[in-house]
Amino acid sequence: MASAFAVFVFFVAAVTVLGFLAARWGSRNLHALEEWALAGRGFGTIVSWFLLGGDLYTAYTFIAVPALVYGAGAIGFFAVPYTTIAYPFVFLVMTRFWSVASRRGYVTLADFVRDRYGDRWLEIAVAVTGFLGAMPYIALQLTGMQVIFVQFGARTPLAQDLALFVAFALLAAYTYTSGLRAPALIAFVKDVLIYATIAAAMAIIPARLGGWAHVFSASAAALAAHTPPGGLLLPHGLYFAYASLAFGSSLSLFLYPHSITSLLSARSKLVIQRNAALLPLYSILLALLALLGFCALAAGVDVGKNASLAVPLLLRAMFPGWLLGVAYSAIVIGALVPAAIMAIGSANLFASNVLREFHRERPSGETRQAKVLCIGVLVVGLLLVFFMPVPYAINFQLLGGAWMLQVVPAAAIGLFTRWFEPRALLVGWAAGMVAATLMGIASGFKTTFALGGLVGYLGLYALALNLAVAMILTFLFNALRIARLDDATAAADYA
Amino acid sequence: MKGRLWYWLLAIPYVGTLWVPFYAKLTPPLFGIPFFYWYQILWIVIGSLITGLVLLITRRQGDG
Repeated sequence: MASAFAVFVFFVAAVTVLGFLAARWGSRNLHALEEWALAGRGFGTIVSWFLLGGDLYTAYTFIAVPALVYGAGAIGFFAVPYTTIAYPFVFLVMTRFWSVASRRGYVTLADFVRDRYGDRWLEIAVAVTGFLGAMPYIALQLTGMQVIFVQFGARTPLAQDLALFVAFALLAAYTYTSGLRAPALIAFVKDVLIYATIAAAMAIIPARLGGWAHVFSASAAALAAHTPPGGLLLPHGLYFAYASLAFGSSLSLFLYPHSITSLLSARSKLVIQRNAALLPLYSILLALLALLGFCALAAGVDVGKNASLAVPLLLRAMFPGWLLGVAYSAIVIGALVPAAIMAIGSANLFASNVLREFHRERPSGETRQAKVLCIGVLVVGLLLVFFMPVPYAINFQLLGGAWMLQVVPAAAIGLFTRWFEPRALLVGWAAGMVAATLMGIASGFKTTFALGGLVGYLGLYALALNLAVAMILTFLFNALRIARLDDATAAADYA
Repeated sequence: MKGRLWYWLLAIPYVGTLWVPFYAKLTPPLFGIPFFYWYQILWIVIGSLITGLVLLITRRQGDG
């Protein structure tokens, strides 16, 4: 463990230095919001690939997906189809968003909604949703780090909180100084470490467990003994749940503030299109990690009550010390990268869409405002970790995904048509938010809900209601000949 | 096929991954990995290739 800790300290120190040095990378005027928050919209294919990979495939994902497989088996694998079909969506939909955003200088999704529909309340609704989606996600990244700190011997709550606070302070300091360039530069390190870890895990672990066939037969036996029992095979009753979870999650992934921030930092539409074809390499990584959940079952890793420990404990049992240090560094740095981007993305929403609405033009202090807000967002994330029990944070995050889906009509469909009436969209959004929350509470914070006997992703059910309400009200408002607000965007902006 | 029709190729990964009855089975395994799992990993690769293909074609046509 001592060698693991030495390697870990080395990498964390290295990325901290990188984080501060990033301020000088292609250094321009860091006082402009587009420079601080979007790195001047200048990233090419390779930087964007690392940045988006580091941003979307987070430490929390790397712990939670195998944990779900470890706990329940087949259903946990839905993250794989989910991250497969997210990319056709990026290719078709998010490239249009990039075009209109770069043409008109948007920093957030809510900026687009304001211009498209001319409705301030709809803009704020989209901004608030993004914030609610990002907040628990940041908290869970910090929780993901904590899992590793515990492995390194932070046994008491005080020691854990202290370690987390140090990590948080470093994160906040370099994000404040360097903006998006910090996570972009650190993402290189994180991704190389993650790929190395997975390659080593695949070379070492299945062989030591007697091959994949044995891993799966041992897992099947272990899963059958769980309460409720899991399995290698998806039961009939969960087919729709599986597909709807994959589909629904794939729609919301790129609407999160941190996805938007990374997308908008791309230099051109072509950069995003290329990445829609290249980013799936990370999905393979995720799939292999999910398979490690089975390896943990086969190895008889004892996680107690906390399935999040499946992969950390498996690696600890299988890896030599220095390699374990690499793996644990990858997880912690894998939490630092997205946490920084999420904080920047959320701060942008506040600076650009909530505060700005009180005075009409871009205030001169907008960047400083965003930087301070960014620290504020991280502090709230830290407080959530300190004061909210982890199961609540997970529930909050699961609901957050369902909430994010509710901006699909205004933001994603809005990129193609302005047929919907903005106030109809607002009421539809509110209906979807309430419905998702109620279904979440009723199901005891599962992601699925049995609607008329059909078990499906509750976020997708809420989206169906949202769309139905928005359509009916649009017909109604049109029939009443209610005057439309202006569209500030032009067709050519989307090309 | 010309112009925007090529974009319909992007619908293929949705069909391949979302029609669960087609792959919810354990056999045939590959390297000991049950069908359910390797089939979905294979679709990551197919999806990526299709997106790449659509990008190449639409750019050549000056439509991208």
